[in-house]
Amino acid sequence: MGVIGQSVKRVDAPDKVTGRAKYTDDLADRSALIIKVVRSTIAHGYVKSIDTSEAEKVPGVVKIVTCFDVPDIPFPTAGHPWSTDPHHQDVADRLLLNRHVRYYGDDVAAVIAKDEVAAVQAMRKVKVEYEELPFVLDQLEAMKDGAPQLHENFKNNILAHTSYEDGNYEEAIKEPGLIVVDKWYDTPTVQHCHIENHICYAYMEAGKINVVSSTQIPHIVRRIVGQALGIDWGDVRIVKPYIGGGFGNKQDALYEPLCAYLSTVVGGRLVKIDMTREETFTCNRVRHAIRYHITTHVRPDGTFVAGRMEAFSNQGAYASHGHGICAKGAGAYRQLYRYRSACKGDAYTIFTNTPASGAMRGYGIPQMMFAMESHVDDIAKRLNMPPLELRKLNLMEVGYKDGFSKNENYFDSFNQCIEKGMKYIDYERKLKEFANDKGPVRRGIGMAVFWYNTAVWPISLESSSCRMVLNQDGSVQLQLAETEIGQGADTAFSQMAADELSIPLEKVHIISSQDTDVTPFGTGAYASRQTYVGGFAVQQTARLMKERILLAAHELTRMSVHNLDLEDGYIININNRRRLMSLKELATEALYSFEHSQHITAESTYQVKSNAYSFGCSFAEVEVDIPLCKVKLINMVNVHDCGRLINPALAAAQVHGGMSMAIGYGLSEQLLFDKKTGRPLNNNLLDYKLSTTMDHPHLEAQFVENYEPTSAYGTKALGEPPATSGAPAIRNAVLNATGVEIDSAPLTPHILFERFRKEGLI
Amino acid sequence: MYDIKALYEAFSVEEAVSLMQKHPEARIIAGGSDVLIKLREGKLAGCELVSIYTIDALRGVKLDEDGAIRILPLTSFSHITKDPIINEHIKVLGEAVDMVGGPQIRNIGTIGGNISNGVTSADSASTLHAWDAIVELTGPDGVRQLPISEYYVSAGKVALKPCELLTAILIRKQSYSGYKGHYIKYAMRNAMDIATLGCSVNVKLSDDKKSVSDARIAYGVAGPVPMRAKTAEERIKNMPVSHETVELFAEAVEQDINPRDSWRASRDFRLHLARELARRCLTESIRLNGGEL
Amino acid sequence: MAQMKLVKCTINGEYTETMVDVRASLTDMLRNDFRLTSVKKGCEVGECGACNVIIDGECYNSCIYLAVWADGKSIRTLECLLGPNGELSDIQQAFVDEAAVQCGFCTPGFIMSAVEILESGKRYTRDELRKLLSGHLCRCTGYENILNAVEKTMNKRLEQKEQGEK
Repeated sequence: MGVIGQSVKRVDAPDKVTGRAKYTDDLADRSALIIKVVRSTIAHGYVKSIDTSEAEKVPGVVKIVTCFDVPDIPFPTAGHPWSTDPHHQDVADRLLLNRHVRYYGDDVAAVIAKDEVAAVQAMRKVKVEYEELPFVLDQLEAMKDGAPQLHENFKNNILAHTSYEDGNYEEAIKEPGLIVVDKWYDTPTVQHCHIENHICYAYMEAGKINVVSSTQIPHIVRRIVGQALGIDWGDVRIVKPYIGGGFGNKQDALYEPLCAYLSTVVGGRLVKIDMTREETFTCNRVRHAIRYHITTHVRPDGTFVAGRMEAFSNQGAYASHGHGICAKGAGAYRQLYRYRSACKGDAYTIFTNTPASGAMRGYGIPQMMFAMESHVDDIAKRLNMPPLELRKLNLMEVGYKDGFSKNENYFDSFNQCIEKGMKYIDYERKLKEFANDKGPVRRGIGMAVFWYNTAVWPISLESSSCRMVLNQDGSVQLQLAETEIGQGADTAFSQMAADELSIPLEKVHIISSQDTDVTPFGTGAYASRQTYVGGFAVQQTARLMKERILLAAHELTRMSVHNLDLEDGYIININNRRRLMSLKELATEALYSFEHSQHITAESTYQVKSNAYSFGCSFAEVEVDIPLCKVKLINMVNVHDCGRLINPALAAAQVHGGMSMAIGYGLSEQLLFDKKTGRPLNNNLLDYKLSTTMDHPHLEAQFVENYEPTSAYGTKALGEPPATSGAPAIRNAVLNATGVEIDSAPLTPHILFERFRKEGLI
Repeated sequence: MYDIKALYEAFSVEEAVSLMQKHPEARIIAGGSDVLIKLREGKLAGCELVSIYTIDALRGVKLDEDGAIRILPLTSFSHITKDPIINEHIKVLGEAVDMVGGPQIRNIGTIGGNISNGVTSADSASTLHAWDAIVELTGPDGVRQLPISEYYVSAGKVALKPCELLTAILIRKQSYSGYKGHYIKYAMRNAMDIATLGCSVNVKLSDDKKSVSDARIAYGVAGPVPMRAKTAEERIKNMPVSHETVELFAEAVEQDINPRDSWRASRDFRLHLARELARRCLTESIRLNGGEL
Repeated sequence: MAQMKLVKCTINGEYTETMVDVRASLTDMLRNDFRLTSVKKGCEVGECGACNVIIDGECYNSCIYLAVWADGKSIRTLECLLGPNGELSDIQQAFVDEAAVQCGFCTPGFIMSAVEILESGKRYTRDELRKLLSGHLCRCTGYENILNAVEKTMNKRLEQKEQGEK
């Protein structure tokens, strides 16, 4: 029996529970010079002058570099695969340090000093004179004529606007007897809050600029550092050690380009930039806040006839991942439900004077699901129809095929997931029971569904490379550019390799760290792609490796390769299953042979030209204390069809983490900015309300395993989907408990207070 | 690494006072969970510190001969919660400080530091106000006592004179004997949070448990400093134990409090909570004292 | 010149004397002077718990603890938990077995809090464990498997203790 499908222990767990696992700061030599970034104290304007004279006097200061010193090379930062088509390349709108500052906290200058205290003291003494400009924080305000303009080439601050229309919407809504539900929904700015802040250090060696970084995407960062510094990409080397979480924030070039550049200005000395938590909150990336306007025309029996969706996404100050997030959500809207006559969507991404939004777990789907799944419950309420019945009537049908991605809904996944979730949470009984709650404390139950694409084909390149090296003892090194960021990728890849080569798991030595000088090319951790895409690369490379092993076995046994196979670490004769020699014997002989010495290795690239729907749902049970305006989450379950599970225990662990993020999204997390200055108000872990152990109920993770036919191992997306449907499930449970439609996340006590008062509940 | 200009460590109260006299610009640091954070933010960067954290004589809880509970200021929150004297006589204080931050914060944070930084949200402060605590201050001229309400001067400022140190918090026997109390911390999370509003109530009932002999209520974050709502207290003195009395109490709290609008919460929301928490705290205090509603 | 102080303390069972910059936090001292890199920096203001260590039997966020205060104390970090032959302790093994580790950055801090909990020898309910572990933030696990690991180890130790008493 193979190890795929087994809950084997994480391969990196022993190092992580002993403190042996080294993260970026653990590896940095103590001689590193410390970089501190001088940040703008206005939300929008131009730097007129910078006076560093006082700062230079601080003992220990080595150098101060300002926005007037850096090369004038705009570069993009998004962690997307490069496109050789200029029209499909990311927007290059950043400089290493900016004269035109576009948000409160923008990078204006950098101090390099011998120690942290000196760097901070000098940073505080750099005097910056600004020409202030009006600023705008809200995306709808930013679109208006006359709003402050952030970037020259984007009129009305619109980074992108895309639209689609299936059928004829204007004609469709003329159908007599349609009920119209027309509402706005709002989602918040939130941050990833990985516990290790972004950190990197850089030094020059062997004619190269070397950067060790807490990143999800070493090969992409290499390209961006090359672009930003105007040097050849081969002159850059990126090393990624263990990282303390990423969740998409580190799917961007953050401070690697600046750090690399600053090393070059001090003669290649080792320089380190270690973000504070406050900087991580507002000077890295955040999740796009998106406001939606959704109109659904529905027959009295609940059939959706026409849907209209407008999305306004707050990009913040710089393009980063840009319109991709809003567009992904808009695509999900178009396919999640069936509109019998027409579906029309418009998606806008708009610059504002707030921190740049980028990738974050779910990539536009948590926003879209909050809006749409809230909307479906609101329609159900209007029709006085059970929300689940309304969903079942309209959800994407089995056999549906997306013309663009060629994705197909092969199974009845939605209904299977919903059935499982209902059963676990005892949905029907509780729905009836809670309907009788009329007192100050009321219980409620709600649910929401999601669908999520796996990987990025056909929008971008999907390719992954893998290398395997056979050791004398029959064990192998396994190396990919796809990164372990906590999700368990190293373990899943090791399981795949062990099964393909039919060797014990402990004989697979995965190289967890990536080094762009050594690691074969791949684009890294994002889009819930690695198990799917990397799976093909591991499989193909292992088969190549096996071919070479059997060829060597043929040389040693003189049997035809067609009669040979690998089984449990042995070369066997497939006709009688007899063991001919161990893989260890073969490997040793192959390496040291006087006849034909060879180091058996394999390396290959697999390009993936498919994609797969991942489906699932969340159910939430809440208790609402109306006078206290508080929601207590009592029970929550997520059910996922992510195909076959490579490692059920790790899959469940992924789901727990995503559910936790969804709980924060639904109930407590939101980055706030001062309307008068644009200054962040709560960019620390005390004032930004990340859930603690005491804010969660038991988190239940369940699965429906429909083998994904397009996939090497039957798998599809699981990394991000768990974060997508929890928030609307909670929102709908609160609606069920109180009858109050809350149309913005998170459902904080402040919002509940306003709404309950308006509805006369308090 | 903190931007500290100089650190002077005191190992006795006398030493602390003399170090403060020698270094008049220096700030006192107890557990540091407040001072170190301000240092890092830049608010106190480059300052001199007199560390009193190592004065072991300032740790612990004792009963004075006259029955007063003497809480020494460097006692950590977790030690207050575990203390048998606290548990026997003023359990609510142990419960209140058990809601500060998380376990590690409760091990480093000291009750003296909690009230001496003058912050309205301090979880210990409203309860100490509600128990009519007395603070004992030691300086070059000796020891003096102040009611805790006079210790708080304004937001972030307490009535410590130069070179003076908080050396004890006292709760007199007449203040606690026969009283039972309840504290509610209203916050956005169930741990690692500061109060949006804190409410601490204690009551003494008549011998037959049918009427309220005395009730005290204090709030955190209902104004710039922790404060009592004396109008409400007066209103229910000698009133029967009843829902009407609870209602009367809750409705009267607004007379004395003055919460502000901030991004953390609106004034209206805090006023609403003040009433609701008064209601719940009084109800629970009555119940704890054997009264029936 | 930086103000220095000689700090004499026991670290992971070993008596040490170190000259320490008075501006250093205990995190700085443990990471820089002793290379105990299991002590992580996540916020530097005592909110995340990644730098948690045990001082004289109680847990502290070492980022907001001055290094000079360590004088005369006994400090334990994650590095001290391995057995004499390098074997994992029960709580470390439980974190492995229960898939309670993901990115691993909060793990050392959590495990040290678990050590304090387990050393109390008391039985706690799940909700009590939640409260006892609430000084740590984790973004990967939703805390679910961490609670499982601590709870299972607690039960196992209590069972062993009971059997020993029989």
